[in-house]
Amino acid sequence: MARVFSGKRPENLKRTLKDLVSYIGRHRILMLFVAVLAAISAGANLLGTYMIRPIVNSVTDGSGFSGLIRGVMTAVLIYVVGALSTLGYTQIMVRAAQKILYDIRRDLFDHLQKLSISYFDKNKKGDLMSLFTNDMDTLSDALNNSFSTLIQSFVQTVGTLILLFILNTKLTFLVIIGYGAMFFYIRYSMSRSKYYFAKQQTRLGDLDGYIEEMVAGQKVIKVFNHENANLKTFEEKNKDLRSAGTSALSYSATMIPAVVSIAYINYAIIAIVGGLMVIRGSSDIGSLASYLVFARQSAMPINQLTQQGNFILASLAGAERIFEAMNEEPETDEGTVELVNVREQADGSLIPCKEKTGKWAWTDKGRSGDTDSYKSDKTDAGEGAGELIPLRGYVRFEHVSFGYDPGKDILKDISLYAKPGQKVAFVGSTGAGKTTITNLINRFYDITSGSITYDGIDLKRIKKNDLRRSLGIVLQDTHLFTGTVADNIRFGKPDASPEEIERATRIANADSFITRLPHGYDTEVTGDGANLSQGQRQLLAIARAAVADPPVLILDEATSSVDTRTEKLIEKGMDALMKGRTVFVIAHRLSTVRNADVIIVLEHGRIVERGNHDELIAQKGEYYQLYHGMFELS
Amino acid sequence: MKDLKYIFSYMRPYRRDLMTAVLLVFAECVFEMIIPLLMSDIVDIGVVNHDLGFMLMQGGRMVLCAVLALVMGLMYARFAARAANGFGAELRLAEYKKLQEYDFSNLDRFSTPSLVTRLTTDVTIMQNAVNGGLRPLVRSPVMLFMGIGMAFILDRDLALVFVIAAPLLGAVLGLIVHKVGPLYNRQQRAVDHVNARVQENLTAMRAIKAFVREERESERFDEVNRELADSSVETFRHAVLNLPVFQLIMYTTVICIMWSGGSFILEGSMTVGELTAFLSYVLQVMNSMMMISNVFLMITRSLASAKRIREVLEERPALSEPAEPIKDIASGSVDFEGVSFKYFEKAKKYALSDINLHIPAGSTVGIIGGTGSAKSTLVQLIPRLYDAAEGRVLVGGRDVRDYDIKALRDAVGIVLQKNVLFSGTIRENLLWGNPDASEEELSRVLEISCADEFMDRMQKGLDTDLGQGGVNVSGGQKQRLCIARTLLKKPKILIFDDSTSAVDTATESRIRHALAELKDVTKIIIAQRVSSVIESDMIVIMDDGRIHAVGKHKELLETDEIYREIYESQMKGGDEHGKSI
Repeated sequence: MARVFSGKRPENLKRTLKDLVSYIGRHRILMLFVAVLAAISAGANLLGTYMIRPIVNSVTDGSGFSGLIRGVMTAVLIYVVGALSTLGYTQIMVRAAQKILYDIRRDLFDHLQKLSISYFDKNKKGDLMSLFTNDMDTLSDALNNSFSTLIQSFVQTVGTLILLFILNTKLTFLVIIGYGAMFFYIRYSMSRSKYYFAKQQTRLGDLDGYIEEMVAGQKVIKVFNHENANLKTFEEKNKDLRSAGTSALSYSATMIPAVVSIAYINYAIIAIVGGLMVIRGSSDIGSLASYLVFARQSAMPINQLTQQGNFILASLAGAERIFEAMNEEPETDEGTVELVNVREQADGSLIPCKEKTGKWAWTDKGRSGDTDSYKSDKTDAGEGAGELIPLRGYVRFEHVSFGYDPGKDILKDISLYAKPGQKVAFVGSTGAGKTTITNLINRFYDITSGSITYDGIDLKRIKKNDLRRSLGIVLQDTHLFTGTVADNIRFGKPDASPEEIERATRIANADSFITRLPHGYDTEVTGDGANLSQGQRQLLAIARAAVADPPVLILDEATSSVDTRTEKLIEKGMDALMKGRTVFVIAHRLSTVRNADVIIVLEHGRIVERGNHDELIAQKGEYYQLYHGMFELS
Repeated sequence: MKDLKYIFSYMRPYRRDLMTAVLLVFAECVFEMIIPLLMSDIVDIGVVNHDLGFMLMQGGRMVLCAVLALVMGLMYARFAARAANGFGAELRLAEYKKLQEYDFSNLDRFSTPSLVTRLTTDVTIMQNAVNGGLRPLVRSPVMLFMGIGMAFILDRDLALVFVIAAPLLGAVLGLIVHKVGPLYNRQQRAVDHVNARVQENLTAMRAIKAFVREERESERFDEVNRELADSSVETFRHAVLNLPVFQLIMYTTVICIMWSGGSFILEGSMTVGELTAFLSYVLQVMNSMMMISNVFLMITRSLASAKRIREVLEERPALSEPAEPIKDIASGSVDFEGVSFKYFEKAKKYALSDINLHIPAGSTVGIIGGTGSAKSTLVQLIPRLYDAAEGRVLVGGRDVRDYDIKALRDAVGIVLQKNVLFSGTIRENLLWGNPDASEEELSRVLEISCADEFMDRMQKGLDTDLGQGGVNVSGGQKQRLCIARTLLKKPKILIFDDSTSAVDTATESRIRHALAELKDVTKIIIAQRVSSVIESDMIVIMDDGRIHAVGKHKELLETDEIYREIYESQMKGGDEHGKSI
């Protein structure tokens, strides 16, 4: 049972329910069937028991054998309908539940794809993972079990009450008082146990965090013979959780016995009062007997509801977290400028095409309205209405400031430009803002002030996906995906032909190790490329960028994990790759930045020096010091 | 089921709580069963004879029984909570203890996230199985047998219906459980696929956005999502059959009893009250069988977790301790004698082959080589993080397998390539090297590792909190702290596995010179930069798991092709040594 007793309660029940109902509503016909059939099934169960009375009566009042047959046949009919309804609603519910869960999982995943990078900065990966694991799990349990149980319990409660009212109105008020007592006890107990559950939750989080950190550092623990010291801390935290869990559970586990006992006490009172009524002659003994059978049953649905209550609340808390993520604002994209691949025709005119030609052009499809907000500078952006203009890869920053948190600028007043085909290198210590600059070019983040233009067009006016497609990027951490080596290289260009892939791997010098893999290009990459070395992964990432053939290239520490010999091997290919493209490079090794057209030295988010290698060396400033190993890079 | 038995053996320390809880549920159940009997007396005797005193007395008894049941129930809650939580804590501790015995190759077999799940979520699932399953598992058989017993007492002939219905119901429910078990496993695999895809996606979100792969990712997710939905339908479709089947058999039984009971009444061999009571026992018996089958289904779902936990607990540490371990490491000399090594027994290729190398005590050895040339693998054999597959590794002239592992690892300090600092202060982290280190010793190692220069800039100096995973220091600072931590062990052999890659060359050279002062310590340095090893007494060039060449800088520059290539690639432009980073 994957239900986690957590005592978590949804914060905004109304909104969560609304969201959930909208999903359930998509399969409203199925759910309606479930509701109706579940109600019939519960009703049949109730009526079947009720049939005992007429059958018995028919036997005793002398209608004899034919009466018995009639009664039994009616019971058979009711039961057949009941069993068939049960079969129907359980089978439909399974399918409906899975459809709903499928929808929610799909929408959640799709929505996450649309969120901005800053969302993933703010939320831990583990927490997002648990949306798909724990929270979906509890929701799934609730849908599979609780929905139909709720309906059945409701029908049974109402049905029983009606039958009880029919049988004896006065006594039934006692039953309702019993219900009230149970209800108040449940509410009281739930509010009391909340505190203990919250405590348990904190301790559980504490222990889980400890386990996570220590398991990740287990090898270091071994090297330092530190196993016993850690065991002590673990034992303490484990004990803390145990005692908190024991109190929470001791509390919550009393609910069912308490409700059952209240029901029995109520039952005894009803029996005595009912007996008095018979003695006084206001009721007969036969009615009392059957009344008591139903009165005993009346506590059952309450019992079921109590048992479900915790699960339902826990699953709603999970659903709330899921819907919170789904209600997060997606990354905004107000761009109208499209960047497309083009083919040059014989007469020199350009036509857009699907396949990657290495030639790009831009066109502004929707620039009738808001020219005001993006009043561009001296560029030719204004002419782009509808026609295709070749993309050159001219990137310009003007007085750009940016911070992840408002009021805390990481980059301050950055102005720079990269002409088409130029190579711009960023150097500076950790935290100087090198990677941040490249993250602004592909609009992972939006700048606070200033402007960034791409061929004179404000970045905000360019469709994000087109912008990113036209920027090749090799990131600091290379992530590989399950699939073959070829699939991973094709990442940047899904329709790449085997020839294109091989050409790209040759550029990155990845072909020699790929051909030595057990299945060459068809070797399966497993577990984020665990079967490949860091250097090999980096080579694949370079090949990945090469195959996409973009006008602008961003290399973030692209060769940091490749040994210098291998680096030398790929250097040539890299040069070929960089040719004719605008390149931004962040490098750990100064040897890689030496031949850049411009080297920009960053310090605490500001540009402190700029120029080519020889100029900067001659200046004897920061770069000179960096170059002579006086400061830490990386 | 074997897995469950194994896992539940960890319940042993809480057996008393568990047994008490079982007894209390049993008692609770018995008291509850008495109540209807008292009730029938109220009607049959009290009301019929108009005996108010009797009625009140019986009513009082009923309330007494209800209160007793309540007391039992409340006490049960306490003991059951103790047993379930104790069991969970016991399991977690056993797993964690076992984990501390793991060697590197054991850790390689499990991934970190998988181990974390096995220690957290899986344990919670098992704990909840106990907590949710215990009550129905005790109550159902009690109700089952008492129900059957009562029915037989009431009417032996009519009770024969159980002889047919109960085994039939049992068989069908058993069949469903049997069918659904393997289906759950399949569904679990589908869940794993979904999780793996999500994990991959979240990890690589930047790459996905940079390459505009969001839509393709959604398509890829759709495959596993659909697989999960389909296999869940297949599983639950069978699992939920138990309800209609149960109803079918129960209803049939009830009809049969109505029919024959009715006939018996007509014949005069049975009373109305008896028939009603009999029917209620039939319902009770069937209900309890239903509960049992639900418990089984629930347990089936916890099987996967039980299996995963068992795998952790039954994993055998890869290295064995010698019978008479030697605790004294004579010197810091290291020898490799015909050593070959592979990470997995079944691996086709050796990671290291035929290594022969002698490193005298107190010398400085540099190791360089291309990516994947097995430099790290080589040095990890020295503190016996792995055992050689063939040949011997000797430290201080003795086979490493003869030493007490802890003593050996105290004598061999290794700064791992993938290193971590733990949450806590800088001081707490450093003290890992030696819990009794004095202030002087601390400042000495900080000086050697050149960590003293940024320590002044830290707000609280040594007592600065590092945050989880040491997030409050830069890469280069982290590496220097890791070096200081290892130095505090005062090892005889010091191994740097690419430990200064994020430290600038000037600082690195200062560290190197400070280390050279430690005359008795054997220093083994794996590096990417030639400048880091250029002054070593011996440079080892690794290539594809073999020693390609050994010698001093000058010799190698003249004789060795690979070395020359590496050197030239880094010294391009004719700069002086050490200026090329």
